[in-house]
Amino acid sequence: MEYFVQQLINGITLGGLYALIALGYTMVYGVIQLINFAHGEFFAAGGYVGVILLSFFAGRGFLESHPIMCLALSFALTMIYCAFLAMGVEKVAYKPLRRQSRLAVLLSALGMSIFLQNALMLTQGVYDKAYPSELFQGGVEFGMVTISYLQMMMVGMTIVLLIGLNMLVFKTKIGMAMRATAQDKVMSGLVSISSNRIISLTFAIGAGLAGAAGIMVGLYYGSVRYDMGFLPGIKAFAAAVLGGIGNITGAMLGGVIIGMVEIFGAGYISGQYKDVFAFIILISVLYFKPTGIMGENIDDTRV
Amino acid sequence: MIQEFKKIWKPYTIGMLWLLGLLWPLLGIHPDGTLSFAKTFTVWLYIFAGTAICLALYLMNKSGSLGVISSPLDGVRQNLGRTTSKVPAWVWIVVLLVFALAYPQFTNRYAQDVATNVLIYICLGLGLNIVIGLAGMLDLGYIAFYGVGAYTYALLNLHYGMSFWVCLPFAAFLAMIAGCIIGYPTLRMRGDYLAIVTLGFGEIIRLILENWNEFSFGPSGIANIPRPGFFGVDMSLEAATVYIYFLMIGLVIFTVFVVNRLQNSRIGRAWIALREDEIACQAMGIDKTRTKLTAFALGATWAGMVGVIFAAKTTFINPASFTFLESAIILSIVVLGGMGSIIGVIIGAFILILLPEYLRAFSDFRMLMFGAIMVIMMVFRPGGLIQMPRRTYKFKSESPGDTSHQVATEGGQADFARS
Amino acid sequence: MSALETFLNTDSKSMESILDVKQLTMDFGGLRALDHLDLTVARDEIVALIGPNGAGKTTFFNCITGIYNPTGGDVLISPPGKMSGQRINGIKPNHVTERGMARTFQNIRLFQNMTVLENVMIGRHCRCKSGIAGAIFRPPSTRREEKQIVEDSYEVLEKIGLTQFVNELAKNLPYGAQRRLEIARALATDPFLLLLDEPAAGMNPQETLELDELIVRIRDQEKVSILLIEHDMKLVMSLSDRIYVMDYGKRIAEGTPEEIKNNPVVIKAYLGEDIDA
Repeated sequence: MEYFVQQLINGITLGGLYALIALGYTMVYGVIQLINFAHGEFFAAGGYVGVILLSFFAGRGFLESHPIMCLALSFALTMIYCAFLAMGVEKVAYKPLRRQSRLAVLLSALGMSIFLQNALMLTQGVYDKAYPSELFQGGVEFGMVTISYLQMMMVGMTIVLLIGLNMLVFKTKIGMAMRATAQDKVMSGLVSISSNRIISLTFAIGAGLAGAAGIMVGLYYGSVRYDMGFLPGIKAFAAAVLGGIGNITGAMLGGVIIGMVEIFGAGYISGQYKDVFAFIILISVLYFKPTGIMGENIDDTRV
Repeated sequence: MIQEFKKIWKPYTIGMLWLLGLLWPLLGIHPDGTLSFAKTFTVWLYIFAGTAICLALYLMNKSGSLGVISSPLDGVRQNLGRTTSKVPAWVWIVVLLVFALAYPQFTNRYAQDVATNVLIYICLGLGLNIVIGLAGMLDLGYIAFYGVGAYTYALLNLHYGMSFWVCLPFAAFLAMIAGCIIGYPTLRMRGDYLAIVTLGFGEIIRLILENWNEFSFGPSGIANIPRPGFFGVDMSLEAATVYIYFLMIGLVIFTVFVVNRLQNSRIGRAWIALREDEIACQAMGIDKTRTKLTAFALGATWAGMVGVIFAAKTTFINPASFTFLESAIILSIVVLGGMGSIIGVIIGAFILILLPEYLRAFSDFRMLMFGAIMVIMMVFRPGGLIQMPRRTYKFKSESPGDTSHQVATEGGQADFARS
Repeated sequence: MSALETFLNTDSKSMESILDVKQLTMDFGGLRALDHLDLTVARDEIVALIGPNGAGKTTFFNCITGIYNPTGGDVLISPPGKMSGQRINGIKPNHVTERGMARTFQNIRLFQNMTVLENVMIGRHCRCKSGIAGAIFRPPSTRREEKQIVEDSYEVLEKIGLTQFVNELAKNLPYGAQRRLEIARALATDPFLLLLDEPAAGMNPQETLELDELIVRIRDQEKVSILLIEHDMKLVMSLSDRIYVMDYGKRIAEGTPEEIKNNPVVIKAYLGEDIDA
């Protein structure tokens, strides 16, 4: 029983991370019908910039004296960095291809993903880069079940970000503009919503969330690698599809489900094949119910 | 050129500064608490210089300022074109063949190995070309079939002692079955989803190979795979290398022959129509699923065959050779060379596989360049280096109602009907 | 009409109907796009389907060609010389074409990067057999078939009048020629019934006149019946043997051009006050 509860906690933690990454995929697909293969690299970049900043602060001694401030600053700066990275990628690799076939833009995304991954490798080295481990030692214990402080921070942060996104998309004017662009770009343009700006904004927000997830993964597992974006990227995409591509609530739900399935699968079925579960879900969903749990939300108006 | 320059200098500068901003945190912030700018600037300056030169050349070319150099070049190219078009195609093929056959005579074993490698990628590229270039399906898990072929040979040989030549058709058949199994559920999905699902399948197969130790011996792989036999003759390493080289030449010739025949056949046209417009294709009586499956399975069969040769060549296989990265490389070859074009794929393989051999100093940047090339090709020339020409036909008619027809050769200039 | 004819078939003048649609209904979620629609096309007839935009005309085409599976009703075809009364609800589009109903599209769906001849050759695909083995080994049977395909396709191009474009890429053709190419391609599938979705859209009066002649020629020389959706009233009135009028998914009128012209229901719903162009 306690094992179950522990796995539950782990599952929620991991699921929240997948939800954050999945949001980027789903929002971008909703707006321009592109599977942004490079999204996993935004996540990885976030992990790297996070460790760079935290190590820097640790080197200067700030980490010891003002841990919360350093952490907050690292999160903020990393998310901003990833946002700018994503906007740059969009301008260079996706915007010129707006009128091309879907195949062309997919290949460009793939190329960008390879490029970014290798850029990270060349600038940061092939080996794992360790996170400073002074933060977040220990946790709260309930018998055999432990909730580490790190997990609490992560879940808390995830919830904050998800609520923030929800409020942005559903309660603000710019969120409405985003939803309108996702439903119908042409009409949105006719009511003077600049689809270019909205698309850039979508990329930026999605990447920011992925960056936050990147830092948290780095803190959780202790290190980052240049290719850490690949598998989580695909799993997060599976989560987005599971929830219904383009559907924000769906992505959040899908992320949590995938996280749970992975943890429980690893705990009860097989640890070696834990990566396979997400793939199986992806393939099953696309075969049996391609619109996902909560239904798609994309601009498929035929002019 | 000044006009073009004015339009583009602003976005270009912004882009470069943006790049600097993204680059600096990665290179300039250090864990010991220091900040540096030197390394960032050096890297950035290299990139800046490189892109500036490319941009300048591009602009000059567009505005015609390069006329000083390019018009004599164009003249040379035209002259060359005129003389070469007089030479019938078969002469080129014979020359190429003679060179290929004589190649082992004047090269060492390493060079032969490299050549065999290039040939393997050519074959893989042509196989993937059937799936992507002709039928328009983005298969990102292509490498899985390659692995199926390789492991089939390795395991059949290990457990039952079956020789290379017996395993070859077996592996091809198994790869085809795998193609049908994976293809059937995935083919009903839209293009982007197809891509990621095939990626998923590819990864699943790799993970199974890595973790199911009893079956595939996991990461340590299978060693001591015998080379192909030649009537039971024992061959030295040098002779075996040459033998495999010739085997690959044979396979490449066979592949080129088959793909060429397929391109201009009933099924080839159906694939291209499918790529162009699925709904119209179905409305014209073409069975969408069966046609797609055929392309998919055929591509898989080819990968399987090449996989067997790969296993025999390297005599050792493990799951690390069958990652998504390999799929991406083959994909780059097809994309760069030109989707649907045989010559394009061959050139693409030469550029992406052979060139890095000569540029060993830059081997770290190899994959980086792959990614950049894919993006650049898509933005500037999505059809690839060589666009596939459509077949043209010649018709003569003496009077209306009396038409006698002849078919012209592939890729010729458009000869119009006269009546 | 004789009493017997009246008894057997109240709707159509000819008894040999090749397409018989009975009570066709199509629902998309809560929206009823087609509401118990009846329609017949007889042999050697040119029938037009008209109605305001959104009436459900293209949906109707999609339902009878297998793109949608109708929610209710029957679609029966009786190809001349073959089994009559075949029910084709929900069979796949390529099978519908194999059985002999070919269509064109409202928005041109040509294979843009293939030549004109190749577009038509695709039309011949379903009437031929050679597969991969044939493609690779090119036995005499395959070579003969290929030659036949090329000749048949050229013949179709001659009938439609597009031979001057034979090796041109479809995307380079002028608009009117592209529309005619779609018809040629559909004709190449050897249909007994040709479904044309707004074939005159975007054409000038001269082109429309040529189209009129072409469609009549197809009916008379190729013995292919035609069912067309059109908005160009002059063309419809001149061409059609019978006209069906649709609105909101229902059939609101049916008859000869004369009858439709003067039908007050039709005039009210669709034609406006004066339809004499």
